Amino acid sequence: MTWIVQNLWLVPALPTVAAGIGALARRRNRVLAASLAIGSMSVSFLLSVVAFAHVLSLGNRGLATRQVVDFRWFQFGNQWLKLGWMLDPLTAVMLVMVTFVGLLIFIYSVGYMEHDENFTRFFCFLALFAGAMLGVVLSNSLLLLFMCWELVGLTSYLLIGFWYHKPEAAAAAKKAFIVTRIGDLGFFLGMAWLYAQSGTLLFYDNGAGCLEHAALAVLVVHVTAVGMAASTGIALLIFCGAAGKSGQVPLHVWLPDAMEGPTPVSALIHAATMVAAGVFLIARVYPLMSAHAGPGLGLTPTTALIVVTWVGAITAVFAALIAIAQYDIKRILAYSTISQLGYMMMGLGVGGVAVGMFHLITHAFFKSLLFLGAGSVIHGCNGEQDIRKMGGLRKFMPITFLAYAVGMLALCGFPLFFSGFWSKDAILHAASTWSVSRTPYYLGAFGALLTAFYMTRQVYYVFAGASRLDASTAASAHASSHATATPHESPAIMTIPLTILAAFAMLLGFVGTPAWPWFQSFLQDRGVALHLAAFSEPGLLPVMLSSSLIVLLGLALGWWFYGRKPIASAEAPDSFGRLQPHAFSILGHAFYVDALYRATLLRLNAAWSRICDWLDRWVWNGAVQTVSYTVLAFAWLDNLVDTKVVNAGFDEGCETVSRSGQVLALLQGGRVQSYLRMIGVALVALAVFLLWGATR
Amino acid sequence: MNAFPWLTVLTLVPVVGALFVLSFGGSNKHVARWLALIFSFLALALTLSLWGHFAPASGALQFQQQVPWIAALGVEYHVGIDGLGLLMLLLTSIVVPIGILASSQIQERAGLYFSLMLLLQACLFGTFTALNFFHWFIFWELSLIPAFFLIKLWGGSRSTAAATQFLVYTMVGSIALLLSFLAIFLATGKFDFIDLAQLAQQGQLMPAVIAKLDWHRFTPHHVALILFAGAFLGFAVKVPLVPFHTWLPSAYAEAPTGTTIVLTGAMSKMGLYGFLRILLPIFGAEMQQVLTPLLWLAVATIVLSAYAALAQKDLKRIFAYSSINHLGYCLLAIFSVVKFTGGDAALTTEKYAAMNGVMLQIFNHALTAATLFWFVAMLEKRTGGLRGLNDFGGLRKVVPVFTGLMGIALFSSLGLPGLNGFVGEFLIFKGSFPLVSWATSISLLGLLATAIFILGILQRVFSGPLNETWATLPDLTTVERLSLAPAIALMFVLGLYPQLVLGFVNSTVMQMVQQLKF
Repeated sequence: MTWIVQNLWLVPALPTVAAGIGALARRRNRVLAASLAIGSMSVSFLLSVVAFAHVLSLGNRGLATRQVVDFRWFQFGNQWLKLGWMLDPLTAVMLVMVTFVGLLIFIYSVGYMEHDENFTRFFCFLALFAGAMLGVVLSNSLLLLFMCWELVGLTSYLLIGFWYHKPEAAAAAKKAFIVTRIGDLGFFLGMAWLYAQSGTLLFYDNGAGCLEHAALAVLVVHVTAVGMAASTGIALLIFCGAAGKSGQVPLHVWLPDAMEGPTPVSALIHAATMVAAGVFLIARVYPLMSAHAGPGLGLTPTTALIVVTWVGAITAVFAALIAIAQYDIKRILAYSTISQLGYMMMGLGVGGVAVGMFHLITHAFFKSLLFLGAGSVIHGCNGEQDIRKMGGLRKFMPITFLAYAVGMLALCGFPLFFSGFWSKDAILHAASTWSVSRTPYYLGAFGALLTAFYMTRQVYYVFAGASRLDASTAASAHASSHATATPHESPAIMTIPLTILAAFAMLLGFVGTPAWPWFQSFLQDRGVALHLAAFSEPGLLPVMLSSSLIVLLGLALGWWFYGRKPIASAEAPDSFGRLQPHAFSILGHAFYVDALYRATLLRLNAAWSRICDWLDRWVWNGAVQTVSYTVLAFAWLDNLVDTKVVNAGFDEGCETVSRSGQVLALLQGGRVQSYLRMIGVALVALAVFLLWGATR
Repeated sequence: MNAFPWLTVLTLVPVVGALFVLSFGGSNKHVARWLALIFSFLALALTLSLWGHFAPASGALQFQQQVPWIAALGVEYHVGIDGLGLLMLLLTSIVVPIGILASSQIQERAGLYFSLMLLLQACLFGTFTALNFFHWFIFWELSLIPAFFLIKLWGGSRSTAAATQFLVYTMVGSIALLLSFLAIFLATGKFDFIDLAQLAQQGQLMPAVIAKLDWHRFTPHHVALILFAGAFLGFAVKVPLVPFHTWLPSAYAEAPTGTTIVLTGAMSKMGLYGFLRILLPIFGAEMQQVLTPLLWLAVATIVLSAYAALAQKDLKRIFAYSSINHLGYCLLAIFSVVKFTGGDAALTTEKYAAMNGVMLQIFNHALTAATLFWFVAMLEKRTGGLRGLNDFGGLRKVVPVFTGLMGIALFSSLGLPGLNGFVGEFLIFKGSFPLVSWATSISLLGLLATAIFILGILQRVFSGPLNETWATLPDLTTVERLSLAPAIALMFVLGLYPQLVLGFVNSTVMQMVQQLKF
């Protein structure tokens, strides 16, 4: 065990500590917060590179590339719950990607957030995010992964709602957290189930881990009540979590709203890293996803993988369709992200870890490039985000334009020189040979057409023609202090990260071409050699050619609608939307999914909470009140009987006594005169009696 | 066995404190509060030193003291604590100082108020250490009196009704409990919990009851269930369990917030303590017989209370329902462990997990709920008693530190990993799922609703445009920050190092689970 593996925990710990210090820092300690975040991220990046090199050298020497370090967390019963971290090719690739992209975005943010009063807090949250995300990546325990996963959700919540004074931002933050939590509850349950079945949540533990052969062999034969293997049930529940985080249909609704956050956040969290965590999770638990009872080591489409593929394919097309009709520069990119995440899921489903992960990595670079480019555009246009009001930015922002164009071509999958081409083509090629159905392939190809189309549309709207920017209406959310009428290029601290990302968006594809599939071999622990004959593999060239043609067709269509004639004014209707206004409006409203949820699920939820409150007030409390009023009624009745019956008789007796007493008391008035009078009367009576009696 | 009577001394410290406060702090509220605080910290120090001398590896009772009292009735003065008892003492001695600190807005008759708080603490200590039904029940009932007056005299506008409902409701439960135990006493001549639990495990308790009590009309089976129902009612009201909970929201909402802190942090745990110390060991077999309805009640408690919280507009009522919800998870786990009482090693491990989860959840809920109500108290102090969900808006701009710290407490209540709430809930779900899968799965809805109302609070109170009424709201003072710091720090510590609590309850939990054989 080498130093780097033993101390790999430093990679997430450093940004987390930076976040902790940043949280205690005061608002004016801007330099401290930013330099802590950037410094810790740089060190983490260097450590990640060392880790990557270590895995590489292990692989070259033919040694096992997976190394784990476990530690005890707490004890229950006789068991210790263990957590741990690991270093394997998947982790190493992700570590380098997250720290590198993260570092560039941190640097970019110094420029972008320059005028924000909560600059310090922003870097604190960013660093906390980086720590949590890196924790997800290197965790060797599903529990630790889940914990970091939730922290990632928290930081996403904090950063989407960073401009908390905007009600939309606050609502979007809440929505993001809750929608992803719905998926996470499935994940949580799947985790509890997996723990119960396999007795451990460590992924790899010298043969005793839950992703290793012994545990999986038990899981695939254990059949549950509904006739599904336990492994399938658990895999699908875990996929719920992944679908929530990675914005898969039908849990995609939070991601477009998440664009309320500052643009670097959108780039880092909602494009490059966090949303990819779902894809990474599926890649991590791939042995579970692909576990099946039958023989065979190749890619057998298990139920779980079939579900993953279909959800991915549908998401890819669904989101791409919506992206066509959006006008907010960031929302277009958000739907594009959802669509690309769909491709990644589909790639995992049809082609395995390497295929999906390759697209994840290339996408991280070109999509963060696009978002940072968009941020630069927004920054230059004083906070304007509506593409109808931009235009002509090529002249004002040449560096941004060039970088953006590279990102756009990479996203479209422009043949040969852009990374997106190679990674997307690997997915399409795998889909074309999928044994279950060819529909995902057609969906993927159609999605590629749409991607090329909407990106061309966006670029023409933003960069071509003349500026339609209206300075007076520009919503200057963050840059009010230097608002100017004309757009301007961003400072070097923003354009340099753009340039670096652009270089990677082009070059990265060459590490995973069919001729030299270094990336795929690295993930699968195999050696690699240049092998040009791979292009002649059956089906490969036709797929490459057809997807190239599709991309070119999409670009041409985009030019036909938006490039031929410059867009006249901000109010002019969309030239494609004019053809089918109704369909375009449906797409513009994102198929009314939000409205549907509002009308059904949210209403149901609100109604249910009112019912619970009502039950509480009237039924449970009503029962108690009834009992207590019954008791009170008895008490009243008792009182009545007491006063009217029991007491009445008693009182009657008492009154008789008292009356007679009063009468008797009259006899003892204490007045001598009345005594004398009584004596006199008595004497007279006595005399009369005696006399009368004597006369008898 | 009868070394220095630490537990008795611990119970007496708040009593002495109450007398002190009454005699010296009657006229001056500051003196009264400081005296009360000093005595509650003394109790805390004593509890911490008990923890220091506690042998965690042994699940047995420690610091025992057993003195014959009324020999003819089998009444002994018997106190002692195991991991469960220590946990309860710790949380009581943490929650009561918080309650006293949060009562700074008490103006009238402060001396009486703080002495009642201390008396309440003494009753709690007495309940959590007693091992003989006789004086346990005395403390159990006695605790109602300070609580009643605290709610009634210093509460909100409808406090008299709330206090009366609280008193009568719990009294009804207690009477049922008393009757059950009198029947058991008549049959066995024993009041000691430990003896009774032993009888029950040997399967001799109910036969003895049936033999001695000649209830011809009822079958033995029914007699056992009736006795169980009586004892169950007493504790179910206290925790509370839906539908015996209706006293709680109004009592929590009407009580002065300092009292609410003690009610939710410590008094609600009396019911859970009863479930763990009395019902589970003595009535385990009966619980198993009615497990399905009990699980329905637990699920209803979790789901209905969480959704009811979603419909509330008053912060205190929201947290009151949230309290019911959080303790509902404990009940789910407690009920689940009576299922499958064989010797299956894997299932026994799940039960260890579930019960350890209960212990953690009890402590975490005490800490988190007390802290949340404390924040409400600080808010009330600043706003003249306002605490409606819609009375504020955008407060984060003017009180960023308050927002940040309360945000931590809110996320702890939501069960965010890294903070204390998560580990307990994870263990409960991990343990309960294999035992009672359907009930555990439905209970997830409670987690969802909790997330919704907690984020709702953050959204409506702290985010959005600033409500100009509160433009000059003062942020936390240095003293407030310093007094909150230990509570917030403890949330992080327990979230990252739950072994701090699990280390001393685990042995007790193992013993409790192993004794579940019937």
